[in-house]
Amino acid sequence: MTVPFEKPIAIAILAMGGQGGGVLADWIVSMAEAQGWAAQSTSVPGVAQRTGATIYYVELLRPSADGKMPVLSLMPTPGDVDIVLAAEFMEAGRSMMRGLVTPDRTTLIASTHRSYAVGEKEMPGDGTSDPQMVADASGIAARRSIVFDMQRLAEKNGSVISSAMFGALAGAAVLPFGRAAFEDAIRAGGKGVEASLRAFAAAFERAEQGAADPVQRKPTPVEAAVPEKSDHPKLDALLIRLRMAVPLGVQPITFAGLKKVVDWQDPSYGEEYLDRLAALHKLDVEAGGANRDYAFTEAAAKYLANAMTYDDVIRVADLKTRATRFDRVRKEIGAKAEQVVYTTEYMHPRMEEVAGTLPARMGRWLTANRPLYNRLDRFFSKGRHVKTGTLFWFAGLYVVSALKPMRRGMLRHEMETAHVARWLDTATGVLPTNYDLATAVLGARRLIKGYSDTHSRGLTKFDKVMSAVPLLSMRADGGQWLGRLVQAALADEAGSTLDAALQTIHSFADSAPA
Amino acid sequence: MAERSFAREVEDLTLGDGELFRGEGILAITKALLQSGVSYVGGYQGSPISHLMDVLADAKPVLDDLGVHFESSASEAAAAAMLAASINYSLRGAVTWKSTAGTNVASDALTNLASSGVKGGALIILGEDYGEGSSIPQERSHAFAMKSQMWLLDPRPNLESIVKSVEDGFELSEASNTPVMLQVRIRACHVHGQFVAKDNRKPAFTMREALENPIRDLNRIVLPPQSITVHDREKLEQRWPAALDFIRERQLNEFFGPEEGPVGIVLQGGMYNSVIRALQLLGLADSYGNTSVPLYVLNVTYPLLDDEVVRFCQSKRAVLMVEEGHPDYLEQAVNTALRRKDVQTRVAGKDRLPLGGDYTASVLMKGIQSFLDEFEPQMLGNRPPLPSADAVLGSPQVKALAEVVPARPAGFCTGCPERPIFAAMKLVEKELGQHHISADIGCHLFSILPPFNIGGSTMGYGLGPASASAFNVPAGKRPISVMGDGGFWHNGLNTSVGNAVYNKHDGVIMIVDNHYSAATGGQDILSSRAENPLRSTNNSITKAVQGIGAKWVRQIDRTYDVSKMRDTLKAALTSDVEGPKVIVASSECMLNKQRREKPLFSKGVKDGKRMVRQRFGVDEDTCTGDHACIRLSGCPSLSLKHLDDPLRDDPVASIDNTCVGCGNCGEVSEAAVLCPSFYRADIIYNPTRLDRVVAKLRGAVIGFFQRRRAARRIAFA
Repeated sequence: MTVPFEKPIAIAILAMGGQGGGVLADWIVSMAEAQGWAAQSTSVPGVAQRTGATIYYVELLRPSADGKMPVLSLMPTPGDVDIVLAAEFMEAGRSMMRGLVTPDRTTLIASTHRSYAVGEKEMPGDGTSDPQMVADASGIAARRSIVFDMQRLAEKNGSVISSAMFGALAGAAVLPFGRAAFEDAIRAGGKGVEASLRAFAAAFERAEQGAADPVQRKPTPVEAAVPEKSDHPKLDALLIRLRMAVPLGVQPITFAGLKKVVDWQDPSYGEEYLDRLAALHKLDVEAGGANRDYAFTEAAAKYLANAMTYDDVIRVADLKTRATRFDRVRKEIGAKAEQVVYTTEYMHPRMEEVAGTLPARMGRWLTANRPLYNRLDRFFSKGRHVKTGTLFWFAGLYVVSALKPMRRGMLRHEMETAHVARWLDTATGVLPTNYDLATAVLGARRLIKGYSDTHSRGLTKFDKVMSAVPLLSMRADGGQWLGRLVQAALADEAGSTLDAALQTIHSFADSAPA
Repeated sequence: MAERSFAREVEDLTLGDGELFRGEGILAITKALLQSGVSYVGGYQGSPISHLMDVLADAKPVLDDLGVHFESSASEAAAAAMLAASINYSLRGAVTWKSTAGTNVASDALTNLASSGVKGGALIILGEDYGEGSSIPQERSHAFAMKSQMWLLDPRPNLESIVKSVEDGFELSEASNTPVMLQVRIRACHVHGQFVAKDNRKPAFTMREALENPIRDLNRIVLPPQSITVHDREKLEQRWPAALDFIRERQLNEFFGPEEGPVGIVLQGGMYNSVIRALQLLGLADSYGNTSVPLYVLNVTYPLLDDEVVRFCQSKRAVLMVEEGHPDYLEQAVNTALRRKDVQTRVAGKDRLPLGGDYTASVLMKGIQSFLDEFEPQMLGNRPPLPSADAVLGSPQVKALAEVVPARPAGFCTGCPERPIFAAMKLVEKELGQHHISADIGCHLFSILPPFNIGGSTMGYGLGPASASAFNVPAGKRPISVMGDGGFWHNGLNTSVGNAVYNKHDGVIMIVDNHYSAATGGQDILSSRAENPLRSTNNSITKAVQGIGAKWVRQIDRTYDVSKMRDTLKAALTSDVEGPKVIVASSECMLNKQRREKPLFSKGVKDGKRMVRQRFGVDEDTCTGDHACIRLSGCPSLSLKHLDDPLRDDPVASIDNTCVGCGNCGEVSEAAVLCPSFYRADIIYNPTRLDRVVAKLRGAVIGFFQRRRAARRIAFA
């Protein structure tokens, strides 16, 4: 009869192509072999090497006393894996979905950073997955979890994630090898040894302390407190007005809005913002907003600011020429002090933008004069590579942004103002009878984004969503439904989800007047 | 230049007698070929056997030393035809490709080779790409072996067994005058293990000797009446029996466990490790493979030795046939063998194991348990707890993951030159409506996945345009077909382009030329732009297409010019010229380009030379979070960033430091008139004195105006 089966140590590495999962597997194998163990690793690279998700699998066991090599498996068995290393947080989720993580035996070592999949990125709104669900699942699926941002730790140490994960594996003390054996394997690999060892050591320490960092889908918005004073009397006046215009709870978001509006134009534009907001707040009070923490005012503070600071050529030219922007670019690309950096902007102004920048009457006349408009369009509408760091192009953008004082007389401003008025009318129209719906109408402003085609697509979706307001006005859950429509509008580019949702609303509006 | 350099692995190929080889399965096979005294090797690259080709390509000195001829064949058909050298001469030859994709292409030659028979050992190494992670149809090489009467080896998946199988394969081929196929599953190709090496052997009889002393034997040529009077008879009366004798005498199949027992398992060699793991978990085997269930391991899965089968089965109540994939060829053959001898042993198999899919250890564990439960339950006696994740998988927390864990399909690499081609195609579709698009095999097939979602079918390597050939009728829209440079030279020049020219096909043919056979690992092909001392490169696709008669041909040498790509595609869709409209869209594979240029760049920087690196960025102030740019890109370095701004709802686009500055982002946002958020940053490393002076001057003037405006601006800090 046979001797009992001594289970090999089973290690699964979940990674995406290009993350160095193979390097990690090789380190584990060479370390184990150097310690006299039998080691076997396999993988299924194939097309997965091009950014797809893939699994590397390693088994380790001592040869028998008489030198016989063990028979090891080429793939993981659910419920039988001792260590799972996930090189990205959703991949940790995948490892649990595949049954590789079980509470009786598995140590889960996962990096909390996110590398978004195409499906998450391509959504017009926010399609990113909630990492908290992965953290919740690991709480019940894993025997022990070691989670922290290994990607950032590796970058900070000038290395790649595989060395940080190897360090976390060593620090977790789940393999029967000492730290020196791990480090020797890195040295034997011979590439980028110093940086790898640095990242290894940093990760080792974190894992040894049992790192379990919290995860978060997105940062909590920072609402700055309203300052007591500013550095300009005009701004001080605005601060005083702000405090009078809206209740305390809504003041921080109002300050964020005010700041944006003033930056976009000037303090008197900020005054206009506060005037409008105060008027809206008055209606909010009349509609009993006090019981609802003035949700209507809060939504108005946010979306009115966004609506009033639409993106036009002046704004773009202004932002692109600021010193702060020059500095931010240098920081983002990690340029060193001695390096020279130039940026090239990819712009494609069209005749709409040109006409929008003209005084309103002239702009309307030109827009109506199609032959001329089209002729000019051929001249203006083309891609331009704008080298902002050179004097010629900087001067060009600077001059455009200098048109700012004339902005409120321009065609584009007239159009935007009219649109905002219609939008606010819709919201205030339903406010007395349907508070939630009115608040949701303000939130629908989120749909208007982008430039040119994207912008007009957003407008179309916005109009469609607005068309449902009369149908929903008598429903107590009308606000929720409008919110659902906004979500549907953000679910795909073409708007087919939105159309389907609208159809639902039409069907229940037709069948039963609520 | 292949994706990986195998300079270090090449050293392993020179290991001598008694030295320990440690490495990947596919490298072990390469070493085994040299130990077997092979005279010539050919093949066509593809996962999982690309490394075999790449190592040999890097091993020229070793091969020269041994007098081995190696070539990268134009296709699997060319590789199979190469084995004709073993028909009349005692030359050992080996070829390799990805099966079953490659075996399909090679079939014509294989049929004739198997008909003629061989004098020298002819070995076909098949990278069997079946199951999870496979990129090809779920078929089996077994059918090819049966139809052509070639022998099929399926060794146990450890390096020692695989190496032995290579050596045995040549001898079996010579003993039975039949080409032999050796199938190695994808995980076995990539398994890391070890074996004790032998010295390499120079071939006893050289290619040169053969060439200078030609042999001609009419009986070896496939032509009536030989094919039926000689070859068919030889196959049945000589080669088959000879093979059976060899397999039996050399004990190529293996028996494990007790000789006698009430039940047993018959398995393909490749299934051995998984079966052992299943038995281990059931408490029926130890860590070193000692099993209490008798095993009959078929390292040769075709032909089957009926007498061995009978011998193993006849004293048993039942046997379980473990055969991965479908149909159940082996199960049928075992049943037939037993019926012929009137042996009443029950044969279980696909009645309790899945018909298709991977036979993983857990699948086998369940199958074997069900088999023993029925036929020998006391074997399961102590019933150790079996590993299972069912409890965890049933928990609401883990179930909920299905909603958040995103699919992660393969996609174009960062900076891929094929991305702008499909971005342009999407822009054209937005303007002219959706078109019928025939796709092909290669990296460009990733266009069928998000975010592009372009392409409706893929029929085979180089067959993209041919698969649109039925759509040559007057219509308001033209079909578009796509084909890579790899597919073009493999098959497409004639089968797709020639076909379209001859039949005056009105469609648009997009040839994606990235200078390599990129999907298989970046091997050189005829039109590669690098100078390759061993091969003839720089042969123009455009000239080839024109040479075959295409009239409307446009070459674009920078695919990143999205506007030009779009306009050319539009021109092709609207041109009055008769016959196919061919666009050759050409830019170098970024993976290969980076591999070449990155070290040069780093060295330049280190040496203090003026170097310029480009990368892209997004101004978060002007990005509104619509992500239209991502829907036209899918670049791994173009991702999302959540801002902490309370006024923003949606994450903005963001480019990370892996950006290689290909330009696609900027060109797309310009061509599609997306938004002005993208910028390209040119970072000048080691700026010259002139750079510094000019930068300082510009900075002074620009800084003056910036300060002036900032001072006048009234805004909250």
